[in-house]
Amino acid sequence: MSATTPLVEVENLRKHYPIGGGLFGRARAWVRAVDGVSFAIQAGETLGLVGESGCGKTTLGRLMLRLIEPSGGDIRFEGRSLLGLRPRELRGLRRRMQIIFQDPYGSLNPRMRVGSIIGEGLAIHRLGGRDERHQRVQELIELVGLPPDAARRYPHEFSGGQRQRVGIARALAVEPRFVVADEAVSALDVSIQAQIINLLQELRERLGLTMLFIAHDLRVVEHVSHRVAIMYLGHIVEMGPSEEIYRNPRHPYTRALLSAVPIPDPRRAARRTALAGDVPSPVTPPSGCTFHPRCPSAEAVCRSVRPPLETGRRDHAVACHVFPAEKP
Amino acid sequence: MTVLEVRGLATAFERNGGTARAVDGVSFTLDAGQVLGLVGESGCGKSVTALSLMRLVQPPGRVVAGEVRLEGQELFALSEREMRRLRGPGLAMIFQEPMTSLNPVLRIGSQIAEAVRVHGGVGRRAAWNRAVELLGEVGIAEPKTRARDYPHQLSGGMCQRVMIAMAISCAPRVLIADEPTTALDVTIQAEILDLLRALRERHRMAVLLITHDLGVVAEQANAVAIMYAGRIVEYGDVFEVFDRPLHPYTQALFRSMPSLGGRRERLEAIGGQVPDPFHLPSGCAFRDRCPQAIAACADAVPPLVEKVAGHRAACIRVEDAARNPA
Repeated sequence: MSATTPLVEVENLRKHYPIGGGLFGRARAWVRAVDGVSFAIQAGETLGLVGESGCGKTTLGRLMLRLIEPSGGDIRFEGRSLLGLRPRELRGLRRRMQIIFQDPYGSLNPRMRVGSIIGEGLAIHRLGGRDERHQRVQELIELVGLPPDAARRYPHEFSGGQRQRVGIARALAVEPRFVVADEAVSALDVSIQAQIINLLQELRERLGLTMLFIAHDLRVVEHVSHRVAIMYLGHIVEMGPSEEIYRNPRHPYTRALLSAVPIPDPRRAARRTALAGDVPSPVTPPSGCTFHPRCPSAEAVCRSVRPPLETGRRDHAVACHVFPAEKP
Repeated sequence: MTVLEVRGLATAFERNGGTARAVDGVSFTLDAGQVLGLVGESGCGKSVTALSLMRLVQPPGRVVAGEVRLEGQELFALSEREMRRLRGPGLAMIFQEPMTSLNPVLRIGSQIAEAVRVHGGVGRRAAWNRAVELLGEVGIAEPKTRARDYPHQLSGGMCQRVMIAMAISCAPRVLIADEPTTALDVTIQAEILDLLRALRERHRMAVLLITHDLGVVAEQANAVAIMYAGRIVEYGDVFEVFDRPLHPYTQALFRSMPSLGGRRERLEAIGGQVPDPFHLPSGCAFRDRCPQAIAACADAVPPLVEKVAGHRAACIRVEDAARNPA
C-alpha cells in the first residue's frame, strides 16, 4: 500500500435504526445495521463488499456517500471528513461520489426522457451551458453503448440491461472519482450481466474510477474486485486482497459462503460447510462473535468475547478467535 | 420408468392482434427419481412451460398444441375437475417467491393442513397433525410451535420450506420447482437444494428444476434442457452437455459466466438482446447473436436432432449423429 492518503476512508462507522416507540416516544430497541466498520479504499481500487440479505452492506454503501446520516464514526473523502461539512460543501463533494442502483426498473423516473435522466446531475451542478450539456449527454450515451437516439426515448422502451446502462451513464455524467455500485448487475441475466460487468471494468480503467462494488454473488465480486470485504450482521469479518481471500479464506463464515456457491461442473460433488439456521436478528445480535450460533468451529470464548478485525500477513484481516489472522 | 412425457408443447399469447409463441414445440421426458434442469434467461419460456404442464396458463395465454402424459394419462384430455384432483398427487409446483405464495393471514400449519384435507379426505385434527409432521420432514425445528406461526414470522428460506411441505403433502409423482432458490441467499440456497435432493430420493419424485443458474443444474440434475426464445435448443445428459456443449447459445452461456477461482479476464458477453417474441427473426431465433451464423440459418427453424448419442441440439452448424459417431 502506498503512503498516500486513501481516496475514501471510514472509521468505526455505525448506523443504528430505532424501532418501536412511535413518533415522539423513546425507541424500544435498535437495529444495528452497521456496527463499527473501518477500512480504506485507495484511488483506482475496487473494493468488493459481500454479504447476505440484511448484513448491512447497502446501508454501509449509502453511509459512505452520506445519503443517510451515521449514528457514529467518520467518513473521509480525500482526507476530509464528510460529517462536518455544511450542506453546500457537501453538495459540491457529491459530484465526486455517485451511486449505481440495483433495480434498473425502479431507479429511473418513468416520465423523464433518458437524456434528461442522464443530464440531470449536470443541470443540478450547473456544469456547462445547455448545448455543452446536450453534447456531454450524447457522449455518455455513446460511452455506455446505448443507441444514439436514446436521449429522446423513455426508460420503458429499454430492456433491463440497457436501463442499467442509463443508470451508469447518469452516475458518470458528473465525472465522479468514487462510485458505489449497489448490486448493479444482480437483477440481470448472465449474458447481459457479462456485458455490464465488462462495461464497468472498461470505464473504471478508462476513467480511473475508485469503486465500492456491493454484491451477494461471490463469483461476480471475485471477477471485478481488487480487494474483498465480507460482512456479517453489521461487522466486517474478513477482508483482504481478492486472490488471498478466495484462495485462503480463514473465517468460517467466508468458508461457508464460498462452499455454498454451486459450481457448474457435474463431476465436482458439492462439498459444503453446512451452516445451522438463519441469520439472527440484528435487533438482538448474539453475544461475543455474532456468528457463533451458526459456526461449526465455535469455542467457549466465541460466546462471550467479540473478536476484533486484525490484519496479518499478506494484508489479510480476520475477526475470529479460532482462525485468527496469520502473524506477520 | 418414464413418469412425464411432453410432446410438441406450444403456448401462445395474443396481444393487439399479434401472436407470440412463448413456448413452441417443447418435448422432453422425465423419469421417476430423476431431475431435469430447464435452463434459460428471462423470457425464454421456461416458466410458461411449467404453467402449461400444470394447466395454469392464464388468458390471454393458451396452450395451442402438444401432449402431456403423466404416467400414460393425457392431461389436456382431462376435465378441469379431474385436473384439479391431479394437482397435488400428480403434479405439484413450488415458486420463486415463497413469501408472496403464502396467505399472510393464515397460520402456516392451517395452510398445509388445507392442502392435506383437499386431497386426503381426513379430518381437521388429523390434517393438522400431518402438517406438523410435514414441517418436521422439511427440516423446520420445533414444528409443533412453528405450525402456529404466520408467514411474516418466517425467513425466506423457512417460507420456501413451508411451500415444499405443502407441495409434498400429497406425495406428487412430479415436482416442478420454478427458480426455487433464486430469491434466497447462497447459504440458504444450499440448504434448500440439499432438502430437495433428500426428499426426491426418499419419495422417488421426478423433478423439473427450472433455473438460470448452470451451477445449480450441475449439482442437482441428471439431464438438462437449454431453452431460448420458446424452444429447447440443446437437450441431453448433464455430463454430456457440460463436457461438450454443442449449441452456440449454450457455449456462449458458459463463457459469459464468471466462475469461482476463474481467471480474471474479460467475460465473453453475448452481444445484443433476446428477441421480442412477437417479432422473432426467421429461421433460428439465435442467429442475430450467434458468432457462427451463416445465411442458411435464416431459412428454417433448425430441428432439435440427435448430434451425439443421447445429446440433441437445434443447430445446422453442428454435424448430425449419422456423420458424427460417438
